[in-house]
Amino acid sequence: MMYSEKVMDHFSNPRNVGEIADANAVGQVGNAKCGDIMKIYMKIDENEVIEDVKFKTFGCGAAVATSSMATEMVKGKTVKEALALTNQAVAEALDGLPPVKMHCSVLAEEAVKAAIGDYYTRQGVDPEPIVGCNLDCEACHRTHE
Amino acid sequence: MVYADHAATTAVSDKALAAMLPYLKEQYGNPSGIYRLGRAARQALDQARETVAKAIGAQANEIYFTGGGSEADNWALKGAAELKKEKGRHIITTQIEHHALLNTAHYLEEQGFEVTYLPVDQLGRISLKAVENAIREDTILISVMTANNEIGTIQPIAEIGALAREKGILFHTDAVQAVGHIPVNVEEMQVDFLSLSGHKFGGPKGVGVLYVRKGVRLPALIQGGGQEKGIRGGTENVAGFVGMAAALEEAVSNLAENEAKVAALRERLVDGLLKIPFSALTGDPINRLPGIASFVFECVEGESMVMMLDAKGICASSGSACSSGSLDPSHVLMAIGLLHEVSHGSLRLSLGADNTEEDVDYILEQLPSVIARLREMSPLWEEKQKEVQ
Ligand SMILES: Cc1ncc(COP(=O)(O)O)c(C=O)c1O
Repeated sequence: MMYSEKVMDHFSNPRNVGEIADANAVGQVGNAKCGDIMKIYMKIDENEVIEDVKFKTFGCGAAVATSSMATEMVKGKTVKEALALTNQAVAEALDGLPPVKMHCSVLAEEAVKAAIGDYYTRQGVDPEPIVGCNLDCEACHRTHE
Repeated sequence: MVYADHAATTAVSDKALAAMLPYLKEQYGNPSGIYRLGRAARQALDQARETVAKAIGAQANEIYFTGGGSEADNWALKGAAELKKEKGRHIITTQIEHHALLNTAHYLEEQGFEVTYLPVDQLGRISLKAVENAIREDTILISVMTANNEIGTIQPIAEIGALAREKGILFHTDAVQAVGHIPVNVEEMQVDFLSLSGHKFGGPKGVGVLYVRKGVRLPALIQGGGQEKGIRGGTENVAGFVGMAAALEEAVSNLAENEAKVAALRERLVDGLLKIPFSALTGDPINRLPGIASFVFECVEGESMVMMLDAKGICASSGSACSSGSLDPSHVLMAIGLLHEVSHGSLRLSLGADNTEEDVDYILEQLPSVIARLREMSPLWEEKQKEVQ
């Protein structure tokens, strides 16, 4: 199994690590049992632009790198644009991931969606029609076995 | 660079390399050749066999050269199963064997054999009582590793050997991690088969040995031109076997000294690293291989630790799921009863006689900050801190 230079770079120098104290969107996906958890904080302004984004991740090299890349890709974008982010796009931006690590890019996509879902929930808007799922699906929790 | 992954493999020692080189170049004869060049290779091979035999308390005609530890494990299991299948179809082994053994056992299950995988306690030890209770009328083979590659726990092989002999059951031990590091003697251990591998003690990769007790008629592994008494055909890896024998001779002659030295380094490392909060040693703290320091660190993931250590020039390994490319953490960490979430944070540092106190101190200097950095970005650590407060 080999990681690309880009993955190594985003793992060694992850962008946007941390928390946002006054975040108005927080999403967490994955679980400790499976070995990866991603938590994304966003500060979304009144024009629905993602002004700032930060992450915390427990997981392997690919989990950290995909979190870092996904936050880079949605920073400064509108919520709508961010919702269009796919796991393939994250993986491609990292010059690919080993097949066994593709699930990390799925987690990154889901973490972005979970944060945006939380944003709508806080606004009193049902996130399901916008985000595409109720954020309580199995994929987000990935229970073991 | 600090190399702390000796359980994975070791560098070929200077003596082993020097012993090998002539057989790659000037002395390139086929040991089956009857001319002088062939006879020289044959002599070197015979000598290597003698040397290996002496190192484990065996006789030369009980030593079969193989292409490594995995091959020796495969051969012992499949061969014993074939040999004894008329007598019975039950095999006893443990849950913490190397995959070379476990996957061969799974294969035999598919072939209609029944396998009992004995559990271990929290320190990774199997109990003699459990072996005894598992024995049935139709048990044909017991296979228990001498020492574990992930957590270093050493098993009571001599006791199990005595039991197996008393019951007339063949007994195999995978001694790949033990040979050259702790005393290993086939008579004292009362084994019928023993696997060892050259690259774990300063020999080259891809060479190993299956010891087969005299009188046990092990079926052929490779049909061929009569090499290895007709049961493992193929022109012998003369240089490889010569190198392995030289490395083993060296390791065994320095064993007591190196064992003490390496164990002292390991203790220094363990003492230092257990100061990290939410850390634990895995395996038996006393009955363990001298070189293996294995841990779990909560709220961090093993592969990330290994990658960050690599960036600091430290080679280590992990049994976390991510580093094995599967969803499950290592079967060994599961067998000692660790929770999934804890076993993801496993790290193995395995030392050798070429490590120094400075190496250990460098790890002690770097690893705590690697863990601190990973914890800082871990949402689990955040939760843990809240729990503590
Ligand atoms: C306990 C144990 N058994 C078997 C093997 C396999 O040996 P080899 O790599 O020589 O096939 C190893 C080494 O990885 C091991 O540690």
